[in-house]
Amino acid sequence: MTDGNELMSRIAIKAEGLSKVYQLGEIGTGTISRDLERWWARLRGRDDPFLRIGEPDKRFSKGNNGLIWSLKELNFEVEQGDAVGIIGRNGAGKSTLLKILSRVTSPTTGSAKVKGRIASLLEVGTGFHPELTGRENVFLNGAIMGMRHAEIKRKFDQIVDFAGVERYIDTPVKRYSSGMYVRLAFAVAAHLDSEILIVDEVLAVGDAEFQKKCLGKMGEVSTREGRTVLFVSHNMESIRSLCNQGMVLNNGQVLFNGSADEAIRAYAGIAADDLQLIRLENHQLSAEVCLVNFEIDQASLYSHQDLDFKLSLESTLKNNIQSLALFIYDAFEQKAAFIDLRCNDLFNRTALTNTVALNGCLKNIPLIPGKYKIGLHVQSNLLYKDFFNLLQFEVLQKEMTDGLLPYPLQVRGNTEMEYSFTIR
Amino acid sequence: MKPLSDSTWDMEITPHNKMLDLKLKEVWQYRDLLWLLVKRDFVSFYKQTILGPLWFFIQPIFTTIIFTFIFGSLAGMSTDGLPQPLFYMAGITCWNYFADCLNKTSTVFKDNAGIFGKVYFPRLIMPLSIVASNLIRFAVQMLLFLLMIVYYLAVGKDFGPNWYILLFPFLVVLMACLGLGLGLMISAMTTKYRDLAFLVTFGVQLLMYATTVIYPLSTAMQKFPAYAWIIEYNPMTPVMETFRYGFLGKGSFSWEGLGWCTGITMVISLLGMILFNKVEKTFVDTV
Repeated sequence: MTDGNELMSRIAIKAEGLSKVYQLGEIGTGTISRDLERWWARLRGRDDPFLRIGEPDKRFSKGNNGLIWSLKELNFEVEQGDAVGIIGRNGAGKSTLLKILSRVTSPTTGSAKVKGRIASLLEVGTGFHPELTGRENVFLNGAIMGMRHAEIKRKFDQIVDFAGVERYIDTPVKRYSSGMYVRLAFAVAAHLDSEILIVDEVLAVGDAEFQKKCLGKMGEVSTREGRTVLFVSHNMESIRSLCNQGMVLNNGQVLFNGSADEAIRAYAGIAADDLQLIRLENHQLSAEVCLVNFEIDQASLYSHQDLDFKLSLESTLKNNIQSLALFIYDAFEQKAAFIDLRCNDLFNRTALTNTVALNGCLKNIPLIPGKYKIGLHVQSNLLYKDFFNLLQFEVLQKEMTDGLLPYPLQVRGNTEMEYSFTIR
Repeated sequence: MKPLSDSTWDMEITPHNKMLDLKLKEVWQYRDLLWLLVKRDFVSFYKQTILGPLWFFIQPIFTTIIFTFIFGSLAGMSTDGLPQPLFYMAGITCWNYFADCLNKTSTVFKDNAGIFGKVYFPRLIMPLSIVASNLIRFAVQMLLFLLMIVYYLAVGKDFGPNWYILLFPFLVVLMACLGLGLGLMISAMTTKYRDLAFLVTFGVQLLMYATTVIYPLSTAMQKFPAYAWIIEYNPMTPVMETFRYGFLGKGSFSWEGLGWCTGITMVISLLGMILFNKVEKTFVDTV
């Protein structure tokens, strides 16, 4: 009995049936009739007529009522002192969950119970006023996040020291460099004295050195001070190094909740499940030309691994191909590679028949981690066009040795060299 | 940090607020923030200006000059026997405070959507800080008004303050609550559908003409007895009349009027807070 109580009391956050519905499309004259209907239902004590719990999520298809479940029936518990990494693809509901827990918005149904004070860091520098000095902004920002004046005063030196802006503390922050601005803002947040800290990928700011400092500070917060941390990130490495627990969200539901390492593995699993991203069948390129099959063999791989691809084209008329190429571009739509597939065999084959198929392998892929898309360039007598966005794969971050964190992607250029070195 | 031993929860996040739970205790916990926001508004107003807070004088002075010229000289409207600039200045000073409170609080959700969308603090802090920072501006303008009183007394005009001047702090509270309450109601109603927001800007201007800013209540009663009730039941009218009566000794003061105004102000500010409280939880999704 006492054991049970002990266990109960260590829970810091408990979510029960937490759901959030968003409305798609614009709010305007079209939505008022629905609002009236909803209001009328509530007056009579009925449930919202537009929310049907249990309806399958149709995030990618158009539903009939324009409502989307961003979170659906979430049940989980977070123990005190845990550092929980929340992972999932874009739109999986991570940010919504953080917003609800930090009380920026409220759930549509369900509830979450919380023990202790929550401080959330959904964005650094919230409420910074450009005209005010660094000093004034520290106090204002601290107060916005719920610190009392005396508390900020006590920690002021630590904050300024952490941010490294002593010389500029009495200068308006509009004169700060963006790096200084972010450092000061993070420093305030890092010195919050709350039992629970909620952090959304704010670490994607500042230079590499400062990012490391932030990660270190967060690690300290959770391990040494025993505070609960919820951390959303796309960077599996920072999750792995900071968090002991992990929760994978997919389409607004908890897919996995357990240790951080297992969660990362579970996440890699859902990334690989996306078949339509690595295989395309009977894709009509034009009225005459059809991409019968275009596939790659993996959805995710590490740098310097190989990627096999297959491609077959069919046309209703004879289609002399003069040029055929794959191109790979990154998440910022920058072309990363161009794979030239011209050869005499291809020209001869297409001069004879209406179909052509080829198998190939991209060897030793030298790309930095990230999402990449594969497009196709075709130049023939029936078709002369570039097709973007056909297939997609992800290059994953390799684990570093000696527990080191990889540098952030922004500073790493585009290519991942294969290299070796020795210390003498 | 030791484990929290009791199994009671500190906070429960639920879909809706309780209707009458205005979270005033939480507002009190965040009082430092209120003060810092007021300071921010004030400091950022005069930063990089040469005259600084003196700019607060410019608007009432010019409005008074224009009113004196148009309504006083051109239209020849009565001012209860008071010097025209003094009469208008009294009206403008009060009206400005009320109108500023109303205008600024009515857009509080829209103006602060960025910050409200990122961090939680009792939302009521924001409108309260608006009302408080307008108070500084009001105080500066009151100073101008008092200087004018001294001047006109020195040149020997026949008027003077009386004991009803002691109601002044109460009048300020009334104006603040009325402006705040109406502003909160409007802000709560315009988060999703902004139609009402268009009404507010010129609605406030129209309301000014239905308040005894540029004419005394006595004249209105005399000339339009059939419609004077609109002006009489306007809760800002008793405030204005009491203000003038206290400081200048002229005007139609009545305890009934002030009582009516107090009652309606209480209802409006309570209603405003309830509506605001209802909307604040999810407005981020619709604003």
